[in-house]
Amino acid sequence: MSKQHLHIRNARLIDPHNGVDDLLDLFIAEGRIAAIGEPPAGFSPARSINALGLIACPGLVDLSARLGGIEAELGAAVAGGVTSLACPPDTKPPLDEPGLVERLVRRSEATGLARVYPIGALTEDLAGLRLAEMNGLARAGCIAFSQAKQAIVDTQSLLRAMQYAATFGYAVHLRPQDDSLAREGVAHDGEVAARLGLTGIPVSAETVAIATALQLAAETGVRLHLARLSSAAGVDLIRAARRSGVPVSCDVAIHHLHLSEQDIGYFDSNSRFDPPLRSARDREALRAAITEGLAAICSDHTPVDADGKQLPFAEALPGATALELLLPLTLQLAAEENTHAARNDLRWELQANAPGTAGLDPDWDLVGGGPNAWHEGRLPLAMALARVTCDPAAILGIEAGSLSVGSAADICLFDPDEVWRATPDALRSQGKNTPFVGCEVRGRVRMTLVGGRVVFEARAGAGRAA
Amino acid sequence: MHNPQLNANGELTHLLSIEGLPREVINHILDTASSFLKVSHRDVKKVPLLRGKSVFNVFFENSTRTRTTFEIAAKRLSADVINLDVTRSSTAKGETLLDTVDNLVAMHADMFVVRHAASGAPHLIADHLRRLRRNDVHVVNAGDGRHAHPTQGLLDMYTIRHYKKDFANLVVAIVGDILHSRVARSDIHALTTLGAAEVRAVGPQTLLPTAIETMGVRVCHDMSEGLRDCDVVIMLRLQNERMNGALLPSAREYFRCYGLSPAMLALARPDAIVMHPGPMNRGVEIDSDVADGPQAVILPQVTFGIAVRMAVMGILAGN
Repeated sequence: MSKQHLHIRNARLIDPHNGVDDLLDLFIAEGRIAAIGEPPAGFSPARSINALGLIACPGLVDLSARLGGIEAELGAAVAGGVTSLACPPDTKPPLDEPGLVERLVRRSEATGLARVYPIGALTEDLAGLRLAEMNGLARAGCIAFSQAKQAIVDTQSLLRAMQYAATFGYAVHLRPQDDSLAREGVAHDGEVAARLGLTGIPVSAETVAIATALQLAAETGVRLHLARLSSAAGVDLIRAARRSGVPVSCDVAIHHLHLSEQDIGYFDSNSRFDPPLRSARDREALRAAITEGLAAICSDHTPVDADGKQLPFAEALPGATALELLLPLTLQLAAEENTHAARNDLRWELQANAPGTAGLDPDWDLVGGGPNAWHEGRLPLAMALARVTCDPAAILGIEAGSLSVGSAADICLFDPDEVWRATPDALRSQGKNTPFVGCEVRGRVRMTLVGGRVVFEARAGAGRAA
Repeated sequence: MHNPQLNANGELTHLLSIEGLPREVINHILDTASSFLKVSHRDVKKVPLLRGKSVFNVFFENSTRTRTTFEIAAKRLSADVINLDVTRSSTAKGETLLDTVDNLVAMHADMFVVRHAASGAPHLIADHLRRLRRNDVHVVNAGDGRHAHPTQGLLDMYTIRHYKKDFANLVVAIVGDILHSRVARSDIHALTTLGAAEVRAVGPQTLLPTAIETMGVRVCHDMSEGLRDCDVVIMLRLQNERMNGALLPSAREYFRCYGLSPAMLALARPDAIVMHPGPMNRGVEIDSDVADGPQAVILPQVTFGIAVRMAVMGILAGN
């Protein structure tokens, strides 16, 4: 059933890359988008999909997803509307050998699910000492190089790694965290760590590493991406660098846009993240980085089994399963940002224009929390979707994240209003570890296409609760 | 926030931390301890409150002193006490913390007294028991990492109440390595809950947690400022490994800046009491003249500690 001619009708088509947000039909042929709006001449679809009430957007592009069991996690990816994902090199063994990369590419292609783009190890065994065979790794399919969560402790080694990558024009992704400042740390060095007696990771662990990376990138001219920002001060540094013309990109993991150190509560190991969840003020700055287009959003999907989480907080493994929650949590972010903005605008108007109405309840629900709120405000729906589609695609330098005519038909069809509960059973990922376990989320993928093939289709009416 | 140590009726089912304990619960423990103190002075030092109950002392971290006080307290309540030194047995064979707990539950433990090097380990056990629906099994935190040592906090409050009667106008200085101290955190929570007028955290910046002021304390880097006119001085033990040069230059310099000498103590109110959770490092954090002097209440703390632990175990077994 590959390469069918498909007709998707009645969908609200949102393609942030091309600035499209309209009710338009999609015509798919030979695995590609053949036409939008009107059918191409002589088009006869093998299947016509009525997408009334659904949104069609480019398949999501994820800057970092760890794949334990490839089949299961890629199944989770397409169930979450993710059609392309970058896999960090901290696999076991690490992706520092071309043969390992080739095998990963082969095995993921064999599933016929989401497209996998390996990120190669910058140094052998991610040890930060000897350079990995970057050229060989690139030939095997790596699209960028990183140290995953390992730091290069020796700054000269980092300089050499960037110089070597720049030689070939390879992008370097760094998770900025100074190794010694973060040593033994498990939580943000703030109120909650003080209260719970957890070893803190100061914000300076991030800012020192960002400053170092920016200086070395300027010197080497390497294409630098700073991954998983966690702090307001880190955002400030990158914003300043961008304003002065440094071509650096960055991303924030979806959890850091919703949670803060307070979510650790009494040692909830599901809220153990690396980098740590920081203060509410940091979270607001990260959100600002999303609304202004400074940062992309990634899932930082990290499946961890129960044994890895049912441990004292400091011993528990960090990370959360997130591929299937990336879309609903991104939609929620947009809804919250717009509600917030709308309320502030209203307050301002009330004060400016009609002082006599100040007695109105300022917390009345302007938008009912409904999806229509996304049309207006700080983070319109199309802009939110850009952060998980065309923006990460541009960072990775891959042809994905758009619905341009002629591009591969990687498409996510979702119901923006469907409410579902993120129970362990509802998640396809082998990882059930998420701080949102048991929570109701809004927005559910109904169908995912990769290269024009239907790789995921929700059972009709399954889980429909609203 | 869900309080994992109280049941639906607001009664104590575990003692995990002083944080979140209502003032009435703390006072109830202290009042109960007061009645148990009399038991310790009788010829027959036993009451039958925990007869037939099994108390497991599960120490993942060595501590002869704390384990012994819990053992004495449980025996005076007529419980059967089983001491497990887990550092040397199951975990060495790769068994996880919760595996160990499951095994002990299968042996019909009624109460766990847990010490663990990791902050939050007793919370994990309590959470596990809740998921197993074993609300008849109680957990007492005997010290977890840097987080909490609630029975020490309670015995410190007992001691302060014994000598000062009321918390309302008290100025309390906690001096030393607060960063690594579970005792300090428990004391701070207890003192702020009981309404002490001012709690001071005294020490160099390397030994104070970032954002410690959010716990409701006044930070003093200067010892004389910290001690001036205070009613209670709580000295903390300085672990030997903190003196290797990374956090402090030397024991000698530490004593010069933050040691409790008679001259320093003279800055406090004349009737100030001096406390220490033990074991003391004489000449490092405290001068022997102070430790053995008339204002020190360090040995009464130990006596009160047994009564407080009897009270905690008695109250838990009754809920």
